[in-house]
Amino acid sequence: MTNSTLPVSRRSFLRVSAIAGGGMLLASVFEPLDAVEALVGDGGRFGATPAADDPRLSAYISITPDGVVTIMGKNPEIGQGIKTMLPMLIADELDVAWSQVRVEQADLDPKNFPGQSAGGSNATPSNWLPMRRVGAAARAMLVGAAAAQWKVPASECTTSAGVVHHTASNRSLAYGALATAAASITPPDLATVPLKDPKDFTIIGQRVRGVDNHKIVTGQPLFGIDVTVPGMHYASFVKCPVFGGKVASANVEAIAAMPGITHAFVVEGGDDLGGLMGGVAIVGDSWWKVQTARKSLKVQWNEGATASQSRVGYAAQAKAFFAAEPQRMLREDGDVKAAMQSAAKTVEAEYEYPFVAHAPLEPQNCTAHYTDGKLEIWAPAQLPERGRAQTAQTLGMQPDDITVHITRSGGGFGRRLYNDFMVEAGWIAKETGVPVKLLWKREDDMQHDLYRPGGFHKFSAGLDANGALVAFADHFATFGEGERFASSADLGPTEFPARFVPSLSLGVSVMPLGVPTGAMRAPRSNALSYAFMGFLDECAHAAGKDTVEFLRGVLNNMQPQAPATGRQAQGLDAERTLGVLNLVAEKSGWSRRASLPRGTGMGVAFYYSHRGYFAEVAQVTVSKAGAVKVDKVWVAGDIGSQIINPSGAEQQVQGSVLDGIGQALSQEITIQAGRVKQSNFDDYPLLRHGQSAPVEVHWNIADNAPTGVGEPALPPVVPAVTNAIFAATGKRVRSLPLSKHDLSW
Amino acid sequence: MNITLKVNGQSRTVDVPADMPLLWVLRDELDMKGTKFGCGANECGACTVHVNGAPVRSCRRRASTLDGVEVTTIEGLSPDGTHALQRAWDELDVPQCGYCQAGQIMAAAALLERIPKPTDADIDAALNRNICRCATYLRIKQGIHRAAELMAAPTPSAPERG
Repeated sequence: MTNSTLPVSRRSFLRVSAIAGGGMLLASVFEPLDAVEALVGDGGRFGATPAADDPRLSAYISITPDGVVTIMGKNPEIGQGIKTMLPMLIADELDVAWSQVRVEQADLDPKNFPGQSAGGSNATPSNWLPMRRVGAAARAMLVGAAAAQWKVPASECTTSAGVVHHTASNRSLAYGALATAAASITPPDLATVPLKDPKDFTIIGQRVRGVDNHKIVTGQPLFGIDVTVPGMHYASFVKCPVFGGKVASANVEAIAAMPGITHAFVVEGGDDLGGLMGGVAIVGDSWWKVQTARKSLKVQWNEGATASQSRVGYAAQAKAFFAAEPQRMLREDGDVKAAMQSAAKTVEAEYEYPFVAHAPLEPQNCTAHYTDGKLEIWAPAQLPERGRAQTAQTLGMQPDDITVHITRSGGGFGRRLYNDFMVEAGWIAKETGVPVKLLWKREDDMQHDLYRPGGFHKFSAGLDANGALVAFADHFATFGEGERFASSADLGPTEFPARFVPSLSLGVSVMPLGVPTGAMRAPRSNALSYAFMGFLDECAHAAGKDTVEFLRGVLNNMQPQAPATGRQAQGLDAERTLGVLNLVAEKSGWSRRASLPRGTGMGVAFYYSHRGYFAEVAQVTVSKAGAVKVDKVWVAGDIGSQIINPSGAEQQVQGSVLDGIGQALSQEITIQAGRVKQSNFDDYPLLRHGQSAPVEVHWNIADNAPTGVGEPALPPVVPAVTNAIFAATGKRVRSLPLSKHDLSW
Repeated sequence: MNITLKVNGQSRTVDVPADMPLLWVLRDELDMKGTKFGCGANECGACTVHVNGAPVRSCRRRASTLDGVEVTTIEGLSPDGTHALQRAWDELDVPQCGYCQAGQIMAAAALLERIPKPTDADIDAALNRNICRCATYLRIKQGIHRAAELMAAPTPSAPERG
């Protein structure tokens, strides 16, 4: 495992300018984070990596004479706590009291802020040093200003809580009094500016509450859906229920004549399922009147080729694939066939998981206003820069002619990595010339997501006489074309237990897919974890071993093969994995599980994703009638040397774990005739209060630099729950969701 | 049609279609954005407000039934954001994305009116139809218990931080 500290490989520098009314505005410039961009998980959809010679501003600090420190939160806030966390990094090195700090959301401004994105659990590793350096540099300038005024060496000055001290002469000056003078101090080199020793942190490591909490609990406008601009109209965009379908004809004249409706028109649309699709736009003076008019809309659709696709068809194709060899191999170590033949015992099983929707609670929306060749956009977007580029391209504009205001998002989970709603709003605004808020219905969102793809796995394994795993094979039936996987439908060559079994093969066969798919919280991992860790639990039982013991055995058997190349060249680190596995076994009382009554069981799983290591134990009770209740989940996580905001980190872990439980219990998107069967929360149930379970979180602190925690806690919980159901009932769950199974005993 | 209702103690008159839900009267006619749209189908509870003191899904409550009613929204739960639930929510850092929390708090406020010291089971029963997609359920429970404490002893004991 590499340490994910990001070196400043080229000289970084700061720019400073005085702001009106006194005070200082600080902005820093550093390397574009190419490596981080590449780690986001789906190269095709995440936009171009910035040019290497394009230095970018990273953060702004302004300090007014009254001592108030305003820090710009550059990244989109989607519930991951980044609007609080990034400013914490700056504020700690700036050495101010958190109570002095105000945080404001930055607009999209890629020339001044690098990496304004929410995805891939990337913000922590990519900002841990840069944001601290921004804070440290500003502190150095304030110290410089004080030293100059006192005519003493800067090295004799210290700081605390927003005040510079010169102990020898017993003098002190608050930052607010120094800010104007500091603005003319030459900024230090960001690459070499001294940073605090972690033991001196005063804000990092504290439970810091969300900076928007007060606004949230008092109902102040914050989210994209809350945006209001003068003269604003409201819009609905009605797309073909079949993905990729186009409008043949529609009664738009009749719709345009309905009460409150100002515009109704057909949009031809293109072929990008994550872009502007064919449909009908309805615009009016109230969203409700638009919905009323929508009920009278009659569209003749050209449904297109995807109308012939269905879940049943995908399953039949997977079955056909499994009757033959995989189309191609991702990895072949040793001689799997020979190892299976000579194994003392073999295990075989097929696993299947469904398509799943993101379903953030705030429906997709975007407000846009087009005037004089310029477009202004307010968007709850995870990748606003990519959205702007896509909108510019679709509308035939230059990105620089589009202003994007980043709003808080009512949940993201990966859905708002895609900017279809932004492109639609931009198109409608340009067509109509009026300011317009596009707001999707829940049904629009459920039926026009970019889904977590379903998948099928045919596993086989060989165990030796001691129960050790000596052979392993997966044939993964998934979606794509040739060597290209559909988004998030991929498998990497280092998927565990690869590198830990002498004879192992990972093969894939792909079928075409007309349904858009995309990254969903811990993309790929959220599905693969279930299949792989579920099957490994079966292997442990076949070997007659405790699963923790069995997994330890595999992890201690790293093979000497050369590392695989490619995007997932870095597989998991056995030592860090063992660290969390051992910790969760201890904390959960794993060794006492035999005393649980019939119908109650414990399951364990670990997973490495987004640079985080998580091992989890679920205790589940299944009633005699088959009702599943998760009693408790114990989590052990390793996300590096520092938990930056323990309150936020614990929230992300608990939320991820419960998210995974919700998926496992009852979530499934069913494709029928090229369209989605589910439409709202009645047939796509999200986890509810009564299904929630206590989630106990423990951290294993490692030497590695801190990494992100929005995603990696999710994957292990799904197999931990299904493995616990096996322990409780003897029933092995080889497809999801659980609601489809009779688990009575 | 013309409807006159009382919102957070103020009399308001709106001219809206008879079938327009209270949610959109609040959000788009009265420009009060605290009450949220999640499903439009009485499934998620993001739009929960109080009508004549009882928790109601505003996405399904038609304007034609609103003449003369008293509505309380998150904006009017307290004059200055100091309702025990609002204090507890901040103190325990309950929100993640925050989108559902107005509905959660309004449902919880109605629960605390009925049962000043609710059990976990009371909370599950009263709030089971308030979805939190971020699954902040554990902290919502803690928040309600903490608010019950604060209401029993109204002087806030939480240290001010952040």
